[in-house]
Amino acid sequence: MATTVKQEALVGKKIRRREDPRLITGTATYVDDIKMPGMHHACIVRSPHAAARIKSLNVKPALERPGVVAVFTGADVKDLGSVPCIAHLPGLRAPHHHVLAQDRVYFVGHPVAVVVASDRYIAADAADAVEVEYDVLPAVADPEKALAPGAPPVHPQWPDNVAFTFHQEGGNVEQAFREADVVVRQRITSQRLIPMAMETRGVVADWHAAEKSLTLYCSTQAPHLLRSLLADILGIAENRLRVIAPEVGGGFGSKIDVYAEDLLMSFVSQRINKPVKWIESRRENFLGTIHGRGHVDYYELAAKRDGTMLGLKLKIIQDLGAYMQLITPAIPTLSVLMMPGLYKFKNISADIVGAFTNCFPTDAYRGAGRPEATHGIERMVDILAAELKMDPAELRLKNFPAPEEFPFATATGLLYDSGNYALPLKNALDAVNYTTLRGEQEQARKQGKLMGIGISAYGELCAIGPSAAAPNGGWESATVKIEPSGKVTVLTGASPHGQGEETTFAQIAADELGVDIDDVVVLHGDTLLVQYGIGTYGSRGTAVGGAALYYALQDLKDKIRKFGAMMLECEQVTLAGGRCVDDRTGKSVSFAEIASAAYKAVKLPPNTEPGLVATHFWEPPNFTFPFGSHIVVTDVDPDTGQISIRRYVAVDDCGRIINPLLVAGQVHGGVAQGLGQALWEQAVYDDNGQLVSGELTDYAVARAHMMPWIEASHTVTPSPVNPLGVKGVGEAGTIGCSPAVVNSVVDALSHLGVRHIDMPLTPEKIWKLVQGARS
Amino acid sequence: MKRTISLTINGKPHAGEVEPRLLLIHYLREIAGFTGPHIGCETSTCGACTVLLDGKAVKSCAIFTVQADGRQITTIEGLAVNGKLDPLQEAFWNEHGLQCGFCTPGMILTAKQLLADNPSPTEAEIRKGLEGNVCRCTGYQHIVNAVKAAAAKAGA
Repeated sequence: MATTVKQEALVGKKIRRREDPRLITGTATYVDDIKMPGMHHACIVRSPHAAARIKSLNVKPALERPGVVAVFTGADVKDLGSVPCIAHLPGLRAPHHHVLAQDRVYFVGHPVAVVVASDRYIAADAADAVEVEYDVLPAVADPEKALAPGAPPVHPQWPDNVAFTFHQEGGNVEQAFREADVVVRQRITSQRLIPMAMETRGVVADWHAAEKSLTLYCSTQAPHLLRSLLADILGIAENRLRVIAPEVGGGFGSKIDVYAEDLLMSFVSQRINKPVKWIESRRENFLGTIHGRGHVDYYELAAKRDGTMLGLKLKIIQDLGAYMQLITPAIPTLSVLMMPGLYKFKNISADIVGAFTNCFPTDAYRGAGRPEATHGIERMVDILAAELKMDPAELRLKNFPAPEEFPFATATGLLYDSGNYALPLKNALDAVNYTTLRGEQEQARKQGKLMGIGISAYGELCAIGPSAAAPNGGWESATVKIEPSGKVTVLTGASPHGQGEETTFAQIAADELGVDIDDVVVLHGDTLLVQYGIGTYGSRGTAVGGAALYYALQDLKDKIRKFGAMMLECEQVTLAGGRCVDDRTGKSVSFAEIASAAYKAVKLPPNTEPGLVATHFWEPPNFTFPFGSHIVVTDVDPDTGQISIRRYVAVDDCGRIINPLLVAGQVHGGVAQGLGQALWEQAVYDDNGQLVSGELTDYAVARAHMMPWIEASHTVTPSPVNPLGVKGVGEAGTIGCSPAVVNSVVDALSHLGVRHIDMPLTPEKIWKLVQGARS
Repeated sequence: MKRTISLTINGKPHAGEVEPRLLLIHYLREIAGFTGPHIGCETSTCGACTVLLDGKAVKSCAIFTVQADGRQITTIEGLAVNGKLDPLQEAFWNEHGLQCGFCTPGMILTAKQLLADNPSPTEAEIRKGLEGNVCRCTGYQHIVNAVKAAAAKAGA
């Protein structure tokens, strides 16, 4: 079958996804769907205490049960390396993170032993039979309490619970504050959240002793990174270690990490010499997969009476948890980078204190540091607007850099690539009919009704990123192979898990080569198949991976033209509509004829080798900076504290759009998680370090009936950073959402003297505020 | 002590001996070989394991296999007839009603019962009908569109 010629451009079109047929028929393969001959099942015994010494550990009752083949404890893995952290901050205290607890546990859910059995049920029963005696110690779960004098030390060697401190300055913040007419201050928290991908984590490890090789099926966002780190820690040659990310059921950042269980299952398979499977339960997912946010922020914003913002001071207390996961300590530094938001002021000062707590580590969750920063600055702008009695939209518009000021250098050392920040805000204001709405609000207040209008103008740092700014390489790779039949295979180093790059990348390749999209297959996620890559996170898939693909396609097109010119016996050909055309005579050869000739190689163009394969590793020169404005109109019931969202308007600018259907999906999903933070979600640890909201039954994620209709639209400001002009959209909805919602509810209550409310905005909190104002 | 069961899955008979405590989702996935239904929570809160039991959407993580003895089960694998997608599958595809796809089999089967009970639901009725199924990717808007589209097509 030859390739067919494609007529129209696909980039920019709503194309339904090419990954969907397997997903809607239940035939996709996730980790838990993998079965192997001789495969065993592992179940992990976890600590019920947040801080305790292990007094005794008796595995005999478990080992004696039929079907149990092994039980491993801390002593067995004592010499195995630490669960890795690749973020290096000066002076960072990173405790050795053993894959199984040694003599002490540091958080509820800390793995203590692993039971391996022939069957899932037998393993679970046997895990219950393991006897562990604990000597319970005082724990601390709140980062501010952890830093207070006399707090129980999480790690005895560091009694102050400080893992690191970090300071950054830009401009002259003290002068800015001296020159200010107004300074507003506020403590703002961004609570701990559970990423809650629908598919929990899971691993199948398959050791082949004769080859000293390991195949690891893992629900991961970054298979090559996992391979490199595992090889190093396990002492397996990297070229004998194959990591496969099969179908991955969502990640939202939580599956970038290398986890104790990834290492542990690799170890177990080596020891039992058989494949072993471990699938995380939802309870384990809450206790033992990274959490997001966990900020207590102290803000001070200085401004002139006319609304000109001058400078910002920020102190972040970051709840790190008990250990450093992959990039745990780096997350709040992203908040510092984005602390000026979209505003022009050039004077900042930031301090971070990273606090150990007896909780699971925080790390990158959708937005990773940027939602915290956006929430902070966007709340502060509203607080300033209230102080100055200025309209919050007007105050924002006054402080944006103008489109001609780009690239715009920030006080935090970033260079915003391109932007027209006023446009999405104005579009959103028009969409809600802002002036009329303010009039309506005034009338509503006279009738005792509570109605609020909340604005956020957000920016984000995406397409992570230049390698100098990324902990483990910021480039991405692509290989394009044109097979002898003319069919096109794309191998991307990005490892999508729901984003739809099998579709968007096929659109890009089909357009560039002028072939039918059905002739393009996009493969990913297998380190044996795909050249080294970085992975999918930080809204980088298309903006970095897609750009790498674009350049690989250009390399290949050069070669195609050479073959075309040779076959047409001319100097110059144009590649169009799936054919090479001789510009002078109009004679042409088809793409398939060229592919065939390139592999038969009977005759080759000068200095050209057979075959049609190109690999391109692309290093981005900068991040990209998407932006936008969200406006949320809320009605608050004063008697119940219930918040209902009347309008949700999102105007996002993610640069050029490859597939509007998929971009809309990313915005909607992002908003759902942003609304979750604003209104419902919170990982609540009690004073003993017990995770109270530790199951899906107790943790309120958005459900269909809780979501408003999202009115999403776009402005398009292409990014100059990559040839596609794309900026990235995976995190936009989450980042833009929560401040708009909180600003809206605070606005609804502002005439009652309410200035700030910390998330989540539970009805109880709102009701108490209303009652307090009434009494 | 094991119990003998026989049941029909996607129109074909299945029989065997199972432990009384074996959850239906584990029977379907690990013994009968239907991995379309997924395990998302084990507490019947997420709906990823939803199958049709005698035509009613149920969460198969909250049912013992022995309770399905003698009954008819449809999993997502059994929804397409002779390779022709169910209108709901087609609509989820067309409307981009899924991203990672993990919740999708359960979501489609719950929507199947929703439309069987109410062939032309309002948006609010669709949202209410799907409240037992969690999707973490889509924000539900395209799922709502998909159910609307499938309903419109059936009504056309």
